[in-house]
Parts: sequence; structure tokens; C-alpha cells
Amino acid sequence: MIKRVHFPSSPLPYLLVAPQIAITIVFFIWPAGQAMYQSFLIEDAFGFGREFVWFENFEILFEDPLYADVFIRTIFFSVMVAALSMFLSLILAGFADRVVKGATIYRTLLIWPYAVAPVLAGALWVFMFNPSVGIIAYWLDLIGVDWNHFLNGGQAMALIVFAASWKQIAYNFLFYLAAMQAIPKSMIEAAAIDGAGPAKRFWTIIFPLVSPTTFFLLVINIVYAFFDTFGIIHAVTEGGPAGSTVTLVYKVYSDGFIGLDLGGSAAQSVILMAMVIGLTVIQFRYVERRVDY
Amino acid sequence: MSNISLDYVRKSYGPSEVIHGISGSIQQGEFVVIVGPSGCGKSTLLRMIAGLESITGGEIQIGKRVVNKLEPAQRNIAMVFQNYALYPHMSVFDNMSYGLKIRKVPKEEIRRRVEETAEILELTPYLKRSPRQLSGGQRQRVAMGRAIVREPDVFLFDEPLSNLDAKLRVQMRLEIKKLQERLGITSVYVTHDQVEAMTLGHRLMVLNAGSVEQFGTPIDLYDKPATLFVATFIGSPAMNILNGTVSEDASSIILPEGEVIPLGMRLNAQAGASVNLGMRPEHIRLATNGNALFSFKSDVIEELGADTIIHADFGKATSSMAVRLDGIHRVSSGTQFSFAIDPENLHVFDPESGKRIN
Amino acid sequence: MVENRPFFDTLTHIILILGVILIAFPIWITFVAATHDLARMSQAPIPIWPGSHFFDNLKLALEGKVVSGVDMLPVWKMMFNSLIMALMIAIGKIIISILSAYAIVYFDFPFRMGFFWMIFITLMLPVEVRILPTFEVVASLGMLNSYLGLTVPLIASATATFMFRQVFLTIPDEMLESARIDGAGPVRFFFDMLLPLSRTNIAALFVILFIYGWNQYMWPLLITTDSSLSTVVVSIKEMLDSAERTPEWNTIMMTALLAMLPPILVIVSMQKLFVKGLTETDK
Repeated sequence: MIKRVHFPSSPLPYLLVAPQIAITIVFFIWPAGQAMYQSFLIEDAFGFGREFVWFENFEILFEDPLYADVFIRTIFFSVMVAALSMFLSLILAGFADRVVKGATIYRTLLIWPYAVAPVLAGALWVFMFNPSVGIIAYWLDLIGVDWNHFLNGGQAMALIVFAASWKQIAYNFLFYLAAMQAIPKSMIEAAAIDGAGPAKRFWTIIFPLVSPTTFFLLVINIVYAFFDTFGIIHAVTEGGPAGSTVTLVYKVYSDGFIGLDLGGSAAQSVILMAMVIGLTVIQFRYVERRVDY
Repeated sequence: MSNISLDYVRKSYGPSEVIHGISGSIQQGEFVVIVGPSGCGKSTLLRMIAGLESITGGEIQIGKRVVNKLEPAQRNIAMVFQNYALYPHMSVFDNMSYGLKIRKVPKEEIRRRVEETAEILELTPYLKRSPRQLSGGQRQRVAMGRAIVREPDVFLFDEPLSNLDAKLRVQMRLEIKKLQERLGITSVYVTHDQVEAMTLGHRLMVLNAGSVEQFGTPIDLYDKPATLFVATFIGSPAMNILNGTVSEDASSIILPEGEVIPLGMRLNAQAGASVNLGMRPEHIRLATNGNALFSFKSDVIEELGADTIIHADFGKATSSMAVRLDGIHRVSSGTQFSFAIDPENLHVFDPESGKRIN
Repeated sequence: MVENRPFFDTLTHIILILGVILIAFPIWITFVAATHDLARMSQAPIPIWPGSHFFDNLKLALEGKVVSGVDMLPVWKMMFNSLIMALMIAIGKIIISILSAYAIVYFDFPFRMGFFWMIFITLMLPVEVRILPTFEVVASLGMLNSYLGLTVPLIASATATFMFRQVFLTIPDEMLESARIDGAGPVRFFFDMLLPLSRTNIAALFVILFIYGWNQYMWPLLITTDSSLSTVVVSIKEMLDSAERTPEWNTIMMTALLAMLPPILVIVSMQKLFVKGLTETDK
């Protein structure tokens, strides 16, 4: 944690931490405290008066069937994104791990989407699926699928899942590939000598050995789907049609900045905070061990 | 060049004291080795001299200055670390000149000193290389060079050879000894290796559990170990220690099997008191015509060419015993041998205090 | 490969190539759209092979004529804003993180652990969960519509601080001891030893943070109402909205291409550093 020998005490360390601590207090801790405080207030629509109402904002939220819908939808969305992108990355990494020559070329070609901003990823996919000119919408039309995510909530959800998963494949792929390359070659050779074919080796040796990575990625992907997909949703559906792609973070934004329901938005922020804290704890309690590769 | 004096130096971490009042003085130009098993506090003591650890009590003087409160940089010392601590991003030249640069020594002077030192250490061809490109022995020499260019009052060495392989270690040991003699700089050297300690030091400070067991020349330590600890720590194979009791007239020791070992002097001890009797393996001789003092059956025989080591279980109660005989002796295990030893090679210790009593 | 199975080896490459196509297809389509003129882009199906209007579209975009009839900041100015934001965030995070990690690892001072936990807490407070009150703080400090308001609130970083802490902890203690015996004080030690020794870590972190900064969306969307400060990533959304009326996909996709170009160039050209940065920072 600290070096055996350190510099003698002086005001210097305070100066060194000062910028970080100042920013943390002003832009992190204070606003978080404000969010907590506001979650106990109800402000009238014109912003003239506010009333301290204890947990009423939370009660309203928990009794609101719409909020429950958003909650369940967010979890569904996160699970879909994690499952789709992790599965594809696992398969791609499994094959890339077998390639002796050209593995880096494949890696280079597969990591691009990490660099693409979520909102841009959304723009790319919404363009491909645009009902009037989109190339994929056109192809779907040829096989008899009538695609219009502006009207069809299910299709809108599918589209944000695709865009969000596509962007995350690169990240998952890199971690899976690193984990697989860290498995000693001799272990794979021993399994081959025991008569296991490539597919059997993958599911009985490689997959179990990368399970810490799988767990780590699961947490990371869920955090990603919860918090980093605002741009995708904003670009692709703006939460629509009829609120069918509103997630928790999107709702905080739309209730706060568009609906101007400060108390309700703050209460949602507090709930999200609790979830981040939970996820962070899981990550640090159980995922730190991934250092073993 | 300076002398160093330690006056009842103590060190505690919280409530636990790890150095219990060590005193001793190191003469100008002397090479002193602090030796002891791991965890005895030898590195801590060295680091206290260096100023890397604070001093809880007592006083350390380098030259005429009390250095307790001085920064390491102000003590005019140089230190060679176990892992060398070379700066990996600097060339050999920059590594050696860093301290001089900070002290604002003129450029020309730095160049002269580094080149001179590199010459002594045969590092001249490597000055532009980075430490990564050097072998273990060369890195070791750079670490030494970094210390030498500083022209310090005192050299401190913290187990500098323990990262080298056995052969290189012997070679570097000789080089360090030659170098120290040539430069004549007061040196304090920490090691857990007693052979290294015996060959290098003018004097050895044997440390055990934070206290000095004995501080003396290698021959003092070998011939007249002050404590049981020193007796078993110095010498290889280690000194044999047997249990025994003091005879009626206090002039001999009676072993559990009844053998009587005369001491050639009178102990200042009660008759019947139990003692530890120490005999170095190399001092035990095969007995000739009737002067046998004790005998045993051989167990494992180690034939090393130059000498032969015979191991045996000695008696029922006591520990194993080793005897080192010069030259080649073709013996098989299970042979009964009789042995003798000269009284001046016997060491008697009080088992309670561990102190020497003859 | 462990055994010789030519068929399986071929299959491996086929699957990987399919993967590459899946990954690259959206980007390819973007590129293709940016090479055709408006007329071609208005009729379905849109092409899947490039056309000849790349430079025309590039010119329109750079001049700010992405959407006809709408006065927009030229894309190069937006990219300049993005660049300033990305650099300020990346460099700012690196500086304040390396300084606080240095204090925490190499100094013993009262409240050291308190500061450490304070920094740790930022990990649990992503901007999305405190967006409104943070906005209010920035507004009350008069930092709306400024580069400072855009970047400073994002600059605190627990992950970067942890990474530097980790790097410092792997530097042997003897390095500091030796430097102190050589006479180096805290400032010298930092510049002569720590900075050069963490050079590659800084570079790797820079790659990650540059991408992070460039791709910021929600925060700049809220903080900058003045269009002269808009970043290229944020402006894409506006263009999409207008695409529902006048679908000028050729110039919109050209802008999208320009918006993703710098981070993609950074990733591809500094792949090693990027992978190192990614695996080391992510908690």
C-alpha cells in the first residue's frame, strides 16, 4: 500500500492530492449529496416552492408500474447485450487463439468498434436499418420482414441491442483472447494427447479456464449496458416508440432535463447509485482475482 | 573516510523492539561485516546507519557528526543494494553520475571520476549501455561503481552478492575485498552467509534477534566463540554440540554414555551441572593407541576428496555428530571408530545463558 | 496448432473472416454512403459499393453544409472542439491521477487513507447518476459553454489513480532509497525516476483516455448550448434528427466517418499500447 521508506512529512503530499480531491468534492461528492437531498424534495412545476417529503419520491417510483417496466426492461437489455456480445467474442477469440499466423491482423480488424462513440454506433445502425433507405431494412423487406423500428417497439429494442453489442464485442474479444493466450500450451497439448478434439478441448479445457474472465466481463458488460449506452438509445430511438426503449439512465435524463421532475429524477439517481455501488462491490470482492492470468 | 560509532542504538516498530541497544565502533578504513540469520535485524541496522530507517533510541556517529536526524543524502554514504537498484531508464554512465549531478559537481569532474571508476571496475566498454543489457556480474559492478564515484565517507553493502550464482559470488567477493583494500574506505557489509563474512571482514558483528552476540575478528569468532549461537553459526560443517555434566573436580565433562573428556583446566562451575560441549568437526582426530576419548558407529560417509566427513548418531539422547578427517578414508557405514580431541579445541557453554564458560 | 487438420484450419479462417465482416460492415456502409451524392442516397436500396463523390461530400462537411438550409459549424471546427476536449480530459486525468498516486504511495501524511477512499468513491458515481446536480454545480460556477465546464468535471479518475498506484508499487523500494542516498528530493525523484519509469503506462493510459474523451456524449450535450463549442460526436445526433426531414445521408455519414476517424487511427496505430492500457486500467 505504501512504500517501506517514504519522504519525510511536508505540505507537499497535500498539494499533490489537492486537484483530484477538489474536483472529487465539487463535482462528485457534493452533487451526489445534492441528488440524495433532492430525492427527499418535491418541487412544484414552476420551481417556486419545494417541500421536504421524506421518501415520497421513492414511494411514487416504486408504485409506478412504468418504473417497474423500465427496471425490468433495463435488466433485459443488459442481459441481452452481455449475452450476445460475450458469446460472439468468445467464439471469435476461441478461433483467433488457434491461428498461429495472422492472429494480430484479425485482432486489429476486430477491435475497431471500441473506438466508435456509442452515439455514432447508434447512428451507423440506425442508418443500416432506416426503413426508407437502410440497406438491411431493404434486405429484410426482400425476405418478407417489415422493418420499422420507429413504430415497432420490439424491433427498436432489437436494434439498440445490436448496436450496443456490436460496440462491445471488441472489448470482450480482447479480454477473452488475452485469457486464452495465457493458458499454458502444454495443457492444450496434454488434452490433445488424451484424444480431445478441438471442440471438446474448447468446452472442457479452455472455457472453464477462462471462467474468471467470463465473470469479470459479465460485470463489466452489465455496467456498460446500464450506463454507457445512453448515446446509442438517444441516437437510435430517443426511448421510443412509446417509451419501449427507455432504460433507467435514459429515464433519469428525460425526467430531469425534459420532464423537469427534479425530485423524481434525483430519487432515480439515488437508486442507480445504489446499484453502481453494488456492482462495484461485486467487482472488487470477486473479480480482483482475475490477476491470476 | 570516517569512523562510525554506534551507541546503544535501538529500533522499535510500534511496541515491538527489533534492535535492542547495539553499541560498537568501526575504525576508519575498517571493513566490518554484520552477519546473522534472516530476521536478526542486520539489514535494519545497516539501513539505520544509511538513514533509511529512523532511529528509536541511542546515537549513530559518522566521523564527528551525530547523524540521527540527517537525511541519507547528508550523511555522505554510498550504498550497494541486494537488487542493485540501478535506474533502468538511464545508461551506465548516467547511473554512476546521477548522485554527482544532483550535488552539482562540475561536468568535467563528473566525467573524470566516472571514467576513472569505470576503469577500475573494467566497465569502460559498457558506459553507454543500459542496465538491461548487462550480465548479473556487470550490474553488480555498476552498483559498486555508483557508490565509488561518490567518494563517500562510508560504503554500505546490503547483501550485494546474494543475487549472483555461486561461482560469480566467489569471484565478486574477492573483487570487493581487493577494492576495499585499495580504496581504504570504511565499509559496513551485511550478509547472512558466514563464509562471505569470514573472508571479507576485518571484524564481524554477529547479530541474533536484534542483539550483538559477538563482535570480533574472524579468528576470534572461530577460536573463542563467545556464545553457543556464534559457535554454531560460524564454521561449516557446524560445530558439534553435546550435552554433558561437569565432573567432581570441574576439570572434565562427562558425556551421557559415561565418556570423560578432560578440559585441561578447571571450570568455574558446580560439579554435576549440565553444560553444552562444543567440538568442531575438523578438530576431532582418529584415536591412536589408547588415547581414545569416545567412539561411535559411522552412519553416512561423505567423501569429498580433500577430506572425508563421517556422520553418526552419537549415543541415544544427543544430536547427530560430524567428524571431518583430512584426505581420503575408505570406510563403510556401520564401522566403529574411536576419536580424540585436544583440550584447547573444546568449547564449553552454559546451556541456560548460552555463554562460554571455559 | 496442436494437430494437423487442414479442414478445421480453413474453417477457423472462414469464421474469423465472417467475424471481421460482421464487425466492419457498419463502418463499410458508412464509408460507402459518404462516397455517393444526395440523389443516389435518397433512393432505396442504397449502394454497397463506393461511388465517386467522396471529396465533394468531404468538402460539404468541412464547410458546414451537412444539412442544407441549416447553419452548422464547419465539421473541422467541431473536430477541433472534440480534439481540445479529448486532450484536456486525457492530459488532465493523467496529471491529477499521477500526482495523487505519487502522494498516496510515497508519502505518509494524516488523512492519506481518507483521501484514497474519497478518490475510490468516484468510481461509484458515474456522471450518469449525478447528472442533474452536477449540471447545477457547473451552471452555478458559470462554467456552462466553456472548455473548462466541458472537461474539468470529468477529470477526476479513480481508475487512472489506481493504475499509477499499481505501477508505483511494482517499482522496487530500493529505487527510492538509492535516489535518496544520491540526494534526490521528492520533486527530483518524481521527474527523474517515476515519470520516465511510467512512460509506457502513461502512453497506454493516454490512448484509452483520448478515446474516452473524444467519445463523450451526454455531458457535452448538456453543457454546451452554444453551437460554436459543439463537438463532432454530439452534432451527429442533431444531423440524425434532421435526416428524418431531409435525408442527406451522404454528408451525415461523411461526418460520422470523420468523427470516428481519430479514435480508430489511435487504436489501430497504437494497438499494443491500447491493449496494455485497457487491460491495466480496467479495475
